[in-house]
Amino acid sequence: MNQKQQAHGISYGTLLSVLTTLLALTAITVYASQIDMGALNIWVALLIASTKASLVLMFFMHLRYESGLLKYTFTITVFTLAIIIGLTFWDVAFR
Amino acid sequence: MTDVKSFFETPAPPKYSGILSWLITTDHKRIGILYLFSILGWFALAIIIGLLIRLELMFIGETIFSPEQYNALFTLHGVIMIFLFIIPAIPAIFGNFILPIQVGADDVFFPKINLLSWYLYMLGGLLAIISLFGDGPPDTGWTFYVPFSVSTNTNVSLTIAAAFILGFSSMLTAINFITTIHRLKASQMKWMRIPLFTWSLYATGWVQLLATPIIAITLLLVMFERWFNIGLFDPDRGGDPILYQHLFWMYSHPAVYIMILPGMGIISEIIPTFARKSIFGYKAIVFSSLMIAVAGSLVWAHHMYTSGMSDTAVFVFSLLTFIVAIPSAIKVFSWISTLYKGSIQMSPPLFYALCFIYLFSVGGLTGLVLGAAGPDIHVHDTAFVVAHFHFTMFGGTGFAFFAGLHYWWPKLFGRMYNFKTAYLSGVLITVGFMFHYVPMFIIGLQGMPRRYHDYLPQFEQGNYLAGYGAVIMVIGMFMMLINLLIGIKKGAVTDSNPWGGVTLEWQVPSPPPLHNFVSEPKIMDYPYDFSRFFKKNK
Amino acid sequence: MQSSSDHEGSKLGMWLFLYTEIMLFGGLFVLYAVYYHKFTDDFIAGGQQLDTFFGTLNTVILLISSFAVAAAITAIQNNSKKIAIILLGSSLLCGFLFLINKYIEWSHKFEVGIYPNSEKLLESDPGLNIFFGLYYVITGLHGVHIIIGMALLVWSLVRVKSNHITDQNYVLLENAGLYWHLVDLIWIFIFPLFYLIL
Repeated sequence: MNQKQQAHGISYGTLLSVLTTLLALTAITVYASQIDMGALNIWVALLIASTKASLVLMFFMHLRYESGLLKYTFTITVFTLAIIIGLTFWDVAFR
Repeated sequence: MTDVKSFFETPAPPKYSGILSWLITTDHKRIGILYLFSILGWFALAIIIGLLIRLELMFIGETIFSPEQYNALFTLHGVIMIFLFIIPAIPAIFGNFILPIQVGADDVFFPKINLLSWYLYMLGGLLAIISLFGDGPPDTGWTFYVPFSVSTNTNVSLTIAAAFILGFSSMLTAINFITTIHRLKASQMKWMRIPLFTWSLYATGWVQLLATPIIAITLLLVMFERWFNIGLFDPDRGGDPILYQHLFWMYSHPAVYIMILPGMGIISEIIPTFARKSIFGYKAIVFSSLMIAVAGSLVWAHHMYTSGMSDTAVFVFSLLTFIVAIPSAIKVFSWISTLYKGSIQMSPPLFYALCFIYLFSVGGLTGLVLGAAGPDIHVHDTAFVVAHFHFTMFGGTGFAFFAGLHYWWPKLFGRMYNFKTAYLSGVLITVGFMFHYVPMFIIGLQGMPRRYHDYLPQFEQGNYLAGYGAVIMVIGMFMMLINLLIGIKKGAVTDSNPWGGVTLEWQVPSPPPLHNFVSEPKIMDYPYDFSRFFKKNK
Repeated sequence: MQSSSDHEGSKLGMWLFLYTEIMLFGGLFVLYAVYYHKFTDDFIAGGQQLDTFFGTLNTVILLISSFAVAAAITAIQNNSKKIAIILLGSSLLCGFLFLINKYIEWSHKFEVGIYPNSEKLLESDPGLNIFFGLYYVITGLHGVHIIIGMALLVWSLVRVKSNHITDQNYVLLENAGLYWHLVDLIWIFIFPLFYLIL
């Protein structure tokens, strides 16, 4: 148990580089929003947001170092949400 | 075993006594008992309200209530039965009491949060009562559909707040159960050794966890609409009222599986115990519980075929709805197969369980009529729907709850009830039930709308008959409850295993001691192995 | 039978709670997705009325505070209480800054007559009303979560000071941190969906 907890310890250096990446991605997404790509804009923005979210999850929230249980259940939750949004579109997209 | 003090005599935490030892207890068994009595209280109230609705409908025209009072009554009946009885009943009472014992644990993982969720339950109930006064009781039906729920002048905000808090309570219970099963199950308790009741609560827990937040936000939005007039569901301001229905049923359809899954779990415990036979298809039942949890979450829009949704969606959701019937049928077939060539011993729990199988099957099959988009257009919002969901919710979950009460009552209190009265009340409830709801199927097919205060002459006969059924049924239910309560005081003292059950709760004394297990529990390779029982009898 | 002071179990419970939070905001994102589909042009017009500068600033503030909380956990693991306290304090400061920015933003919108049920919104396109309606509901609910998260951080800070949170037992800090990161995570999606659809 104790050893496992030690393994969670992420060095300040790693955390700092994650923060730098997150800030860089923020700059990129703001820049990308200024370019007119039509319908693609929102998808680019969502893609960058998902990348940022994954970084926060993996490193700040330690998900990378957690057991399979948390990884799977988290994925299931996000998938459930995605499926629910998707199924709703069977209605709204065809009305 | 008899010299062990039961949890009734050893309060936890130990320094308090009397009423305080109950109000601040963290013992999962005491919390289960607290839930038992608070839930039964609400149940009795909602039964009486339901009876009053039926009496009003027995005759054409105004019988005992004005139309406004009638609207308030069916709203209250729905809100209380759903949020204060069916959803919490089995998980909060038997889940709390039995689940930790079945997995070989001392208590749930978060005992204090467990107590908190009981207080939230009581707070929600209190708010529901307060909402009856002031501007008048809510009259929207338990579905709180917009635009009426936003524009009516009754106390809808308070009722919604009550439902919100009750949702929070049920979410906390789910977190507690899932964590308990993952972290506190005894080391030899492998996943495929977990009893089916616990498995069903595990599947239920996930549905509660992922679906309840959506009703929470939906209800919050209705409150925001009432306070700030944002217009998110108002077509004049760009909103879409059908989206409210989507959000509402995204929770409320999975919620019917929150209601029925634990009931199926109870039946899966009772059938093998009284057939003295290992359950047929243990893995298939586990799998079907999980399947129901998954598939049941994806079919919500079948409540909305006539609400103006796109035809494509009607098709897709109708198809998905039929898929949910498969895992439910797997369970029914498994129970029947367990009984086949079993050494059946009749007892009140088994009697209620058999009634469950019959009534639930009727409920499930009529559900297919409603799930098919074509016939649903004809029977949507008629008494047929009301009869259907009472067959599943009451004939299903309600009867499973009664079966569970009779099955675990001696474990909860260490005393047995009167068998004859239990059988008699069971017969009364079932006969009354059939007289009550079968006519509703027929008048529903003929076009009697639900939630109507008055009706055309051709529906009088059916409504009149249903009224008699309701009276018989209610007499039966009160007889059953009183019989159980008398059993606590005067029943014969039972030993730890009156039924010859094999799951872990039958290895501990009745009622169990504070820390549940007197000696290390013996966990078998397979949870429904009755060979030990047969050897002992020879 | 394991004891209930089990670190992994407490964390599992917290994660389960976070899933409910994700689904709570998820319900609102369902609404967003549908209404974006229906009123794409109005949403773009609405996005242009929001101040990208404030949005970006708040994103940076939350990212830094998230980093500070994560680093505080590392500090506790390394037994450096002082650093942990400084880091937690600075993430709380970031939380305050976020709320102040939000206040400035909202009050500016109120001044120009954009708020739920305002005459200006009622007269404009229905899509715009929906956009700002969702804006107020989602950022408002997010703001409430910021306040709850800050309360949890204050509690952890007190427990660190009183030596209740140590390198042996820091699950409270970790769970408070998880909650704080989730609030950040939701903002990461709110930011492009409202401020960056131009």
